[in-house]
Amino acid sequence: MKKLINNPTKVVEEMIEGYVKAYPNHVRQLTENERALVTAKETREGKVGVLIGGGSGHEPAFIGYVGDGMADGVAVGNIFASPPPDPILEATKVIDKGEGVIYVYGNYAGDVMNFGMAAELADLESGIRVGSVLVTDDVASAPKEEKEKRRGIAGEFFVTKAAGAAADKGYNLDDVVRVAQKANDYTRTMGVGLTPCSLPQTGKPSFVLAENEMEIGLGHHGEPGIEKGDLQPADQVVDRLVHDILMDMPIDSGEKVAVLVNGLGSTTNMELYIMFRRVEQILSEKGIEIHRSYVGSYSTSLEMGGASVTITKLDEELAAFIDHPADCPMYVQK
Amino acid sequence: MKITAEEIKVFLKNVVTMIEEEKDYLCELDRKLGDGDHGVTMSIGWQAVNEKLEGDLKEEQDCGKISIVTGRTFLSAVGSSVGPLYATGFMRGAKAFQGKSELSGEDLKDFWIAFIEGIKERGKAEVGDKTMIDTLQPALESLQSNFGKSNDFLSAFESVVQAAEKGMESTKDILSKRGRSSRLGERSLGTIDPGAASSFMILKTFLTTIKSAQVA
Repeated sequence: MKKLINNPTKVVEEMIEGYVKAYPNHVRQLTENERALVTAKETREGKVGVLIGGGSGHEPAFIGYVGDGMADGVAVGNIFASPPPDPILEATKVIDKGEGVIYVYGNYAGDVMNFGMAAELADLESGIRVGSVLVTDDVASAPKEEKEKRRGIAGEFFVTKAAGAAADKGYNLDDVVRVAQKANDYTRTMGVGLTPCSLPQTGKPSFVLAENEMEIGLGHHGEPGIEKGDLQPADQVVDRLVHDILMDMPIDSGEKVAVLVNGLGSTTNMELYIMFRRVEQILSEKGIEIHRSYVGSYSTSLEMGGASVTITKLDEELAAFIDHPADCPMYVQK
Repeated sequence: MKITAEEIKVFLKNVVTMIEEEKDYLCELDRKLGDGDHGVTMSIGWQAVNEKLEGDLKEEQDCGKISIVTGRTFLSAVGSSVGPLYATGFMRGAKAFQGKSELSGEDLKDFWIAFIEGIKERGKAEVGDKTMIDTLQPALESLQSNFGKSNDFLSAFESVVQAAEKGMESTKDILSKRGRSSRLGERSLGTIDPGAASSFMILKTFLTTIKSAQVA
């Protein structure tokens, strides 16, 4: 597959270099570790630090969500691979303002080990308290009885949003963790894949789908999903995705939700709006109130084709956090 | 038997070369089970180790230090799940090598036992989960029983590699239960787990290295 790159082994370094140069008012790269970025603004003493991170290839996630009202730091891994403990630890030290740091990351074996090691080191070496919330929004990745095994995908945006807003409002670490955990517990995502992505180093597609095929539940790194079949019209696909979400997490008429229709990389905004249109129809038919909606490519898989629908159930507390302003290079909300 | 610090570095160099040769095969296995990057990840990590071997470790004679630097370097270069796993292996194993520039069969046995125990503890996988543990657990058991019987490390390690190979092959017939491929269900049948394959290759490379060291 064609890519505009210089050297496959340098893509992450060159991406970070460009990103930092593009948004110098928002982020700075740490001299201690070039894979650690933190907010360019000085954060308040006593504010809980919010740290996110994961593999590269999901841009604008995760680097794009460092900014006011969202994360204070990010650790950047190789493509689709968790960052090692060093950048996590270095960012932790910088963003800790005496009240500890929350780690928000997707539930993948590698991330759990690396963030876990970093949390232990932060405590041992610097006495920094770390709380962790693992995002597990992907309904297709494990059955309901084993939902703690589910992986984290686009819904991480809402969990980061909730944690970032709670920290910004001055909540203590335990409360920021509680809020982020609740946001995760109230969030479900279902995705569909249409075309594969290819890693810069191998150049080969990460999975194979026939010209007229789609795959329900396909993972954010090309992990096979739960069902392959003929490509259906957008409305039918959305019906299936929303149906699976609501089966997993029933939502009553009159309840409020936030919705994210997320593109995986090469799916157009046109298609995403067509999909959102259907999500809105289904939810309003059921009397579910869309409190806020987000449509766009918030968390991608390189040039993968496909999309996901995320629904977060909102109580009063979460609704306020979703409404909280944010100012990140890749996401601004007033 | 005696293995020198230089020979430990030759082993690590041989792993670097082996991973470059097997990189595409490991990616191919991973494309069927995951995101297709296992060979790339291993290569990134071992290339970083190679830089240390040609730099900071060039004159190093303390086998413990060599093992610690290998683990830390690999971890910092790759992260991922193999990073913490191999790093824990090399760092735990380093205790058996600490302060030594020449290693006995006993030291080598202690190294590999600590190496594998460390990985088991970090990854919390069990036999049958379709991971590198399917290679490493039979290797561990073989090492414990065979070295105990003969006190001959080389012949014990021959059996270790055979047990590891059988363990690796067994991953073909099991469903993925851990890591990213655990969501594949039946589609994971028929393919060797890439982590089981690369860990077997590392053990095999160790065997060939110490064999040729004995001949020399």
